[in-house]
Amino acid sequence: MRTILFILQKEFIQIFRNKTMLPIIFIMPLVQMLVLVYTATLEMKNIEVVVVDRDLSQTSRELTAKFDGSEFFIIRGSTFDLKEAEDMLRENKADLIINIPDDFERQLFREGNVKVQLQINAINATAAGLTNAYATSIIADFNRHIITESINMVKPVQMKKINVASSFWYNPELNYKIYMLPGILVILVTIIGMFLTALNLVREKEMGTIEQINVTPIKKYQFIAGKLIPFWIIALFELAFGLTIGKVIFDIPMEGNLLVLFAFAAIYLLAMLGLGLFISTFSSTQQQVMFIAFFFFLTFVMMSGIFTPVESMPEWAQKVNVVNPFAYFIKVNRMNLLKGSGFWDFRQEFLALGIYAIAALSLAVWKYRKVV
Amino acid sequence: MIRAENLTKYYGKTRGVEDISFSVDDGEIFGLIGPDGAGKTSLFRMLTTLLKPDKGKATVGELDVVKDYKKIRKKIGYMPGRFSLYQDLSVEENLAFYARIFNTTIQENYHLVKDIYQQIEPFRKRLAGNLSGGMKQKLALSCALIHSPEYLFLDEPTTGVDAVSRQEFWDMLENLQQKGITIMVSTPYMDEASLCDRVALIQKGSIFNINRPEGIISDFGRDLYALRSRDMFELNKDLKNYKNTHSAFRFGESIHFTAENISGEPESLRNYLIEKGHEDLKLEKTEAGIEDCFMDQMTAK
Repeated sequence: MRTILFILQKEFIQIFRNKTMLPIIFIMPLVQMLVLVYTATLEMKNIEVVVVDRDLSQTSRELTAKFDGSEFFIIRGSTFDLKEAEDMLRENKADLIINIPDDFERQLFREGNVKVQLQINAINATAAGLTNAYATSIIADFNRHIITESINMVKPVQMKKINVASSFWYNPELNYKIYMLPGILVILVTIIGMFLTALNLVREKEMGTIEQINVTPIKKYQFIAGKLIPFWIIALFELAFGLTIGKVIFDIPMEGNLLVLFAFAAIYLLAMLGLGLFISTFSSTQQQVMFIAFFFFLTFVMMSGIFTPVESMPEWAQKVNVVNPFAYFIKVNRMNLLKGSGFWDFRQEFLALGIYAIAALSLAVWKYRKVV
Repeated sequence: MIRAENLTKYYGKTRGVEDISFSVDDGEIFGLIGPDGAGKTSLFRMLTTLLKPDKGKATVGELDVVKDYKKIRKKIGYMPGRFSLYQDLSVEENLAFYARIFNTTIQENYHLVKDIYQQIEPFRKRLAGNLSGGMKQKLALSCALIHSPEYLFLDEPTTGVDAVSRQEFWDMLENLQQKGITIMVSTPYMDEASLCDRVALIQKGSIFNINRPEGIISDFGRDLYALRSRDMFELNKDLKNYKNTHSAFRFGESIHFTAENISGEPESLRNYLIEKGHEDLKLEKTEAGIEDCFMDQMTAK
């Protein structure tokens, strides 16, 4: 036990003597949270629209005005020439063309229906989907308005209609920032913990210092513990620091018990740091560690549901997420902060990551060889 | 007592060492002399329990390097060929760290390292990475000694160290020997061989001679001639083509030559070289050194 303390003392001296370490611990989270939380949003605003209104009637103007009034759309131009509008789409000056035919008003009142064409730039499929949804809902709204008005002209009747009122639980304003922030925090804590641990161990190999350590009576688990604990503490500190930034700057809700969150983070970090150490036991240079760790990290992040909902992934991918520690922590982090879920709700996640942590650490201790 | 019996280690198909046997008595300074890539480091790593031999057996102080590796690690000090201390820790922090993980303190064994450590103590707050080559060597030796080992393994401790520091280093080793520590040291410098009690000459993974330094020289067996002429390049070429040549190699300003027969028949050699047109030819008998033993072995046809 005393040996571990001596190793820890040495590690901490080295960590804080490293000039890049303090900026990594304090500046990196600040920058990442300030930048990523704002940019990693799926909310669409300022969709650029060009209107081809060949009718120029009162009704068609009303429709255009409805788009103009929406906070999602900005009218960038209007023209009578569809080709000109298409050119704007091609040149990336517009995302959406609303094509109103020349007999729009007449046909609407005579036939009772008319077609409006929407042309959407679908380079980014997600954005195109959202644009379509927003535009369609505006037109539908406009449609209802027309129906109500025209009926009123003839005779007033009570319309029976289903009124859909939605309320969004746990994030009533659908504020993307407080949805993204817990996810960004997980990325941050993982980078600090997993990468620094893995790089630290392999550095001993690169510098040759491991040769001298290996002839000492230090036991394998003592050495691994000495490498793990410092970054485990730093990563937990990082989580606290990140939550503080979130509270102060973004006013994220903290509905759940923070102790449960930190307990889960502690286990999560054992698993990820263990994985990092395992990677570094079979690598011999920092470069190798970097690439392999990045491979795992990126795969975990993209599959975790931080940017895209897990539910929309293919079924096999959802199953693969069973071994994705990242997915567990993102889920727990969001549910704890936004919904206030407690320990009992997370019992499965605790169990899964507990097993993960034990497996990763055992592998690391087993694979680390003092004798070649 | 350090003992190796038929030690063999291959790295895939590459030979590390093959069939090496020798023993080192307690209290001896035992030198392992050989060029780069001869297998010195492989041998050290097996004896210090860092590498498992493919075949053969080795013991350090009656302890088996494979079975009793844990016990051996408490008894040995190892200084790898490459500087292996923490460059980002200070001199003092390095020494204290290695003392503590052996469950001892600097104070307890200060007497052992005093002579060496005193020389670098003025720089004890300096980071090890900022020390000069000679000072790094002294710090590494101090760290290898701080837990009072019975056996000291030094892998090329003087490589890359200036001549004065090298001399000092060997003086320190003699001091340590007097304190009863058994020392096994490797070096590529032939002149350091004479400072050991016994040396083993190692080449291409096997030992071809073990003896006292004087013994190795008296074992040499052939008459050795030093030759010079105006055109040394041609001289070397002509000697290599001479029918009676056993070995011929550059040695400082001259070429050292041995013949297949013991005496070397200097007169017929001289005639051959004059016939080849060499001017200002000098041919004289000379005393063999350790390096000659080595080069003779390595360049023999």
